[in-house]
Amino acid sequence: MDRDEAFSKFKDCTVKVLHVEPEKVVPEATFAEDLEIDSLDLVELVMALEDEFSVTVPESDLEGVDTVGKAFDLVYGKL
Amino acid sequence: MRLTWDSSHPDGGLRATRKVAVVGLGVVSVVGIGKDQFWKGLFKSFPAGVKHVEDFDPSPWLNPKELRRYDRFNQFGIAAADLAMKDAGSLNLPSDKVGVFMGTGVGGLESLENQIILAQTRGYNRVSPFLVPLLMTNAGAASIAMRFELRGPCETTSTACASSNHAIANAAHLIATGRCDAMLAGGQEAAITPAATAGFTNMTAISSCGISRPFDKARDGFVQAEGAGVLVLEEYEHAISRGAHIYALIEGTASNEDAYHITAPLPGGKGAEACMRLALDDAGITPTQITHINAHGTSTPLNDLSESQAIYSIFGDDCPPVTSVKGTLGHALGSAGALEAIAVALTYENGMIPVTANTKEVDSQMKIDLVTDSPRKFESGYVISNSFGFGGHNSCLVFGPAR
Repeated sequence: MDRDEAFSKFKDCTVKVLHVEPEKVVPEATFAEDLEIDSLDLVELVMALEDEFSVTVPESDLEGVDTVGKAFDLVYGKL
Repeated sequence: MRLTWDSSHPDGGLRATRKVAVVGLGVVSVVGIGKDQFWKGLFKSFPAGVKHVEDFDPSPWLNPKELRRYDRFNQFGIAAADLAMKDAGSLNLPSDKVGVFMGTGVGGLESLENQIILAQTRGYNRVSPFLVPLLMTNAGAASIAMRFELRGPCETTSTACASSNHAIANAAHLIATGRCDAMLAGGQEAAITPAATAGFTNMTAISSCGISRPFDKARDGFVQAEGAGVLVLEEYEHAISRGAHIYALIEGTASNEDAYHITAPLPGGKGAEACMRLALDDAGITPTQITHINAHGTSTPLNDLSESQAIYSIFGDDCPPVTSVKGTLGHALGSAGALEAIAVALTYENGMIPVTANTKEVDSQMKIDLVTDSPRKFESGYVISNSFGFGGHNSCLVFGPAR
């Protein structure tokens, strides 16, 4: 899966789980301010992404993941 | 309302000088949403069977993101609280003088059941991070406090089917004693789940034919229902000063315990009787001043018998008109008392006592004046509203006219 295809899938999943507007899901968007989601939302998103991409993301990997881009890199790096 | 129970005091104890007014009503019920639909619904007939709040649409109150963390019982509570606040008008009080007391039997049971199924099919690492806030009983009161930024006391009472009455009573006390100037109080329940239904069915508490007919000789159990009711209570002088509409006053409350059996009431309705007498004493009135009884009347063989015995022990052959709105509403468990308190407030408002629906022939063991067939006029006076819960919890509220 190439990067663009993966990001598109990532974006769809994020929109579906978090009920955010699709145009807000860009790499530089911050979870807390731009998407207005908290730590519980982030856990739920990661669980959904694990299912979507068939990967496992340990909780320890989420340290410092505060933007869409960082979350995507984390997941994409495991593919 | 009593402040002390000191028998050596010349008046038998000190009484609160602050009065508690009911100034706002919000309701999500199986017969309609909002106080007007609810009141109209109490005079209609409905088919037998489990009673859901059909087609409940939470979207006017909660956005999609919020919905993921609000169980159905919590959604009902937010809707009812919002309707009650709108009905009350602007309280104009400091946020730390307004609190939230809600009752619920089981909180977010539906969410819990769904997540257990998920855990067993897909593993416990798939359980939602929202499970705890979804299921915890106190999420209801907390969510209402968050919604309206109310920073006074915020607590949840869980005494099964007596939950709402206890919450309302405790809230009324906070106003009477001066800690708070207003309270949102009531109950919320959405427990028509497969496991709860099986539990109630297997303990033979549920009507086998789906007909709720309180005090009828053919009654065979309660009919499951759901919903939420929220009352805005306000210190009387404050309510008057801002020109609020006052439905009724809460004059007295009482709480006691059967300490007998986890589901069966104390024989002869002795616990319920004691609780009703305590509530009358708290209101400083005699039984002859009660002009209407809004009964717990669940349609179970045991509750209705013991409640009728409690009523007869106090009122004898001079029984005021008794009704149980559970004939129409079914039994909404932890929210039942709040729905009934709202029915009482609307009885004052409309001068009418709704019938005990479906009851055709009052059990001959019950010497009470049950309102059946057609509604009765309600003139004035005091009303007592009973709620009794599994666990032996009893709670009674005495309402008085707005003056």
